[in-house]
Amino acid sequence: MEQPNLSYIKQLAGDDAEFEHKFIAILKEEFPQEKKEYTKQLSAKNTDETALIVHKLKHKLNILGLEKAYKLAVSYEEDLRRGDAKLKNEFALVLETIELYLNTI
Amino acid sequence: MTCIIIDDEAAARAIVTQLCTTIPQLDVIDEFSNAMDGIKFLNQQTVDLIFLDIHMPGFSGFDFVQTLKNPPKIVLTTSDKNFAIEAYEYEPIVDYLVKPISPERFAKSIQKVQNIMQQQPSLSDMESKGTGIGEDLYINIDRRLIKLKFDDILFIEAKGDYIDVKTIKEDYRVHNTLKKIKEKLPEELFLQIHRSYIINFTKIIDIEDNSVLIEKNVIPISRSNRPELMRRLNLL
Repeated sequence: MEQPNLSYIKQLAGDDAEFEHKFIAILKEEFPQEKKEYTKQLSAKNTDETALIVHKLKHKLNILGLEKAYKLAVSYEEDLRRGDAKLKNEFALVLETIELYLNTI
Repeated sequence: MTCIIIDDEAAARAIVTQLCTTIPQLDVIDEFSNAMDGIKFLNQQTVDLIFLDIHMPGFSGFDFVQTLKNPPKIVLTTSDKNFAIEAYEYEPIVDYLVKPISPERFAKSIQKVQNIMQQQPSLSDMESKGTGIGEDLYINIDRRLIKLKFDDILFIEAKGDYIDVKTIKEDYRVHNTLKKIKEKLPEELFLQIHRSYIINFTKIIDIEDNSVLIEKNVIPISRSNRPELMRRLNLL
């Protein structure tokens, strides 16, 4: 499984350490909320709402350099819009990986 | 160039804000997590540019664009490449940035916006600017530019972040400062007589020790501004 990284954030921050810290804090705050919302919508079988939150999570995957996971999310989002959640287990692994990573930074 | 950012994702707003810091000409006025708050803001104030996310719950970026009566330039930001063709069907949309946005792509986008804006004056440029004829002033109310004749203006009062422009016919509340509007008014007609008031001194009915009467309005004169008012009057 590919691992998240902060390359993009460091590219944006340059010498601006304050931005880097602030941005990581935003990720740490926002990601768990989105994951919680995702789990809630998935459990309720609201596939359209789940697709919307997957769409939002896609950006986080990009930010963290998770290219394969991003492609998975693109397929998953399309599937969800058709009412199909068959990629949910693979996507759950991605979310878990991010959660663990955010706890280390 | 003033701008706002509308995106329901805090991380996305932080990225665009950070990218804006790399362009000295860009001034981020505010950011919003939903389109409705953005609309409310734009009903009070004009900006030159909006960075707008397409995917937002309840009210998409495209819905937002269609809602605006007189939209500024818009740069769409999205994680989805599939909306590019639709995006360019809306005239205010001048560029389309796919997230994650690279600094290089962002700089190109701003250059594109600047090139377009150099060819046409922006709303905020037009706001509070005389026509050149020297007899009137345009003020921005709910994204409409309303022409006021200088001679119709009675006085202008500062109200926090707003100014109230009192005219012969109507009163207008504008999101602006007394200092800014003062620069647009002809000195031969207007005078600041108090930190909160600029008057059209041709409309004065009478003057008491520390106030002037304009129509039925009693307007205070500050001690420091009184000598200049007295100097400007045609005293017998």
